[in-house]
Amino acid sequence: MSEPAILVKDLSKRYRIGSREPYQTLRNAITVSVAAAFRRLSSSALASPNGNAHQESDPAFIWALKNVSFEVQSGDVVGIIGPNGGGKSTLLKILSRITMPTEGHAEIRGRVGSLLEVGTGFNPELTGRENIYLNGTMLGMRRSEIERKFDEIVAFAEVERFLDTPVKRYSSGMYMRLAFAVAAHLEPEILLVDEVLAVGDIAFQKKCLGKIGEVAKDGRTVLFVSHNMVAIQSLCSRVIWLNQGKVMAEGKTAQVVFQYLKTSFSSLTEQVWANQTTAPGNDQVRLRRVCVRPADSSPSDPITMRTPIRMEFEFWNLVQGADIYLYFQLINNQGIVAFASSPIDGSGWNARPSPMGLFSTQCSIPADLLIAGQYRVLLSVVKDNYYEVYQLDDALVFEVQDAADLRSGWYGEMVGVVRPLLEWTTELIESQSPIELSEPVDSISRER
Amino acid sequence: MANKPAALQPVTFIRPTRPWMAIDLHELWEYRDLLYFLIWRNLKVRYKQTVLGAAWAVIQPFFTMVVFSIFFGELAGISSEGVPYPVFAFSALVPWIYFANAVTQASNSLIEHESVITKVYFPRLVAPIAAVLTGVVDFAIAFAVLVVMMLFYGIVPTSRIWVLPFFVLLGMATSLGIGLWLSTLNVQYRDVRHAVPFLLQFWLFATPIAYSSRLVPEAWRGLYGLNPMASVVEGFRWVLLGQGNLSTPLLVASVFMAGILLISGLYYFHRNEQTFADIL
Repeated sequence: MSEPAILVKDLSKRYRIGSREPYQTLRNAITVSVAAAFRRLSSSALASPNGNAHQESDPAFIWALKNVSFEVQSGDVVGIIGPNGGGKSTLLKILSRITMPTEGHAEIRGRVGSLLEVGTGFNPELTGRENIYLNGTMLGMRRSEIERKFDEIVAFAEVERFLDTPVKRYSSGMYMRLAFAVAAHLEPEILLVDEVLAVGDIAFQKKCLGKIGEVAKDGRTVLFVSHNMVAIQSLCSRVIWLNQGKVMAEGKTAQVVFQYLKTSFSSLTEQVWANQTTAPGNDQVRLRRVCVRPADSSPSDPITMRTPIRMEFEFWNLVQGADIYLYFQLINNQGIVAFASSPIDGSGWNARPSPMGLFSTQCSIPADLLIAGQYRVLLSVVKDNYYEVYQLDDALVFEVQDAADLRSGWYGEMVGVVRPLLEWTTELIESQSPIELSEPVDSISRER
Repeated sequence: MANKPAALQPVTFIRPTRPWMAIDLHELWEYRDLLYFLIWRNLKVRYKQTVLGAAWAVIQPFFTMVVFSIFFGELAGISSEGVPYPVFAFSALVPWIYFANAVTQASNSLIEHESVITKVYFPRLVAPIAAVLTGVVDFAIAFAVLVVMMLFYGIVPTSRIWVLPFFVLLGMATSLGIGLWLSTLNVQYRDVRHAVPFLLQFWLFATPIAYSSRLVPEAWRGLYGLNPMASVVEGFRWVLLGQGNLSTPLLVASVFMAGILLISGLYYFHRNEQTFADIL
């Protein structure tokens, strides 16, 4: 077995709270050291309560990484997942040598290219051509190498016509494409990528993902940090899950992602704000209560794919005669809006001026529609059919559980955004020997 | 390239900071293209959207020379030792302004690159070195003007002209030494930004630019030489104008001091460079 491409052993990194050490002024430094000298003089007999030995538990410090160990074999594409502040970016920063570990060590075999943020090192005053060279050398390429790949980079970025325009005149899309193009042509043996997909439009994201996939196919090693589980699942063979600076799990992508999603999810099925002045909203509308529950059973019962669901909302209308209604988007854990809904059919108070006061509004989601998974509700208040007066992110968070009776012996992954139960009919048109059926089978319906 | 056996690939070891680790000169050399493009960027950006462009490289020393000639040469009557005062002053101002600008740029070099230093790895030494080297271009332009002035006054450089590069290097080493100290301090203490102009103002008068170092008592020359710029300036005059104020104690003290500044600067910079990204 060959040596691993990346070997990380007991890696730890300590930061001062605030994640960056605040820069000091000379006067501060002098004051502190003089005060410390006096303290030493006056209390040399007493044990100092603030000695360095106490830094371990000192609340002014935080371990962004603590005893992280793992190995990555050459040619692996490894995803790093975990909540914000879990230590993912710190890990990449250490591996790309931007910052040093406090303890432990790492060994990296091969040239490292890191892409921690798209477009760093670009100078807005310089032209596209000039920035390709400046940025390329900054990322560690030789000038001859850039010259060789120049046309390829330009073609990838689609900026041929603007090569001699200062990048400050570029659209943000062009800027991003050019920056990624430079970094993507680095051809390192080990590529470290941090959340580049958080920016840019869908076409750009596809391009990035495609390029990363290409790098992986070339047999190079990729370490890929992302919150996008779809990207992680489509690119990575293995996943490391970091939480609070520690490795929570490491292994096959599907397993670790599943574990991560399970524990990182906490549901929020009801919120009540009794006090009108502090409730979420503004001077036009305030929310009093939001709730999601099984329509026909106790609110504490689980919601499965077979459960009819009821959403309940209460709000105060604070403007006499306003034409307002609620609107929500149901967003799944991949960030996709499963559907959106509003009482557009004219029922209730919709399209009629409402008096001031407390309103209650409900929405029923039929059973056999949602696919198993986690959902978030983005709630909006719309005025005059057009203006969004108020918006509340994650107003509700709930899980739709898989229903065993839909499975009928098959346990693979269900794909899709929704899973409506549709009516199917199958008929036998003509039977064949050897068995002569006495009567035709007229209808078979299957549920899955 | 990607299929090279792992054993043949370069291995990078990442460990907690060891201040006594040697500076990786090989790596610095690998990044020489970045050095080139940073210098080129500095030049390009500096004169972007300016009307006078590179003329600024001349304007600063030239008008300082005019002011010095009027106030020190004419009104105060300071001796310029037989050389026309404007040439006397300008021959000192050319290296001095290089030094002052190089120190200022170098001390801000890390802060300027903050967004990059926190996101990309490259040998941090490249930044202050690029700042110090960028100034050489302005220096060359100002030096050309000095040559024109000498022609105008009919002054021919001495045959010692071949040692001039030594004094240029002495000036560069001093700039880099000071620049390394200040850029590192600047990362942690932003006071440096305010202190630098102040420091340079004092330094200007501690250097024989407006006056001749002959005004400094003989016994103090060695001590005076602890300002390496004194030797640089006197060296320029000695080579170009043929004036003999460059004494051995002065030069020895200066070279010694420049060496100390450079080595201690490199050490201090290197000891702190791995925490730059955490503090910036």
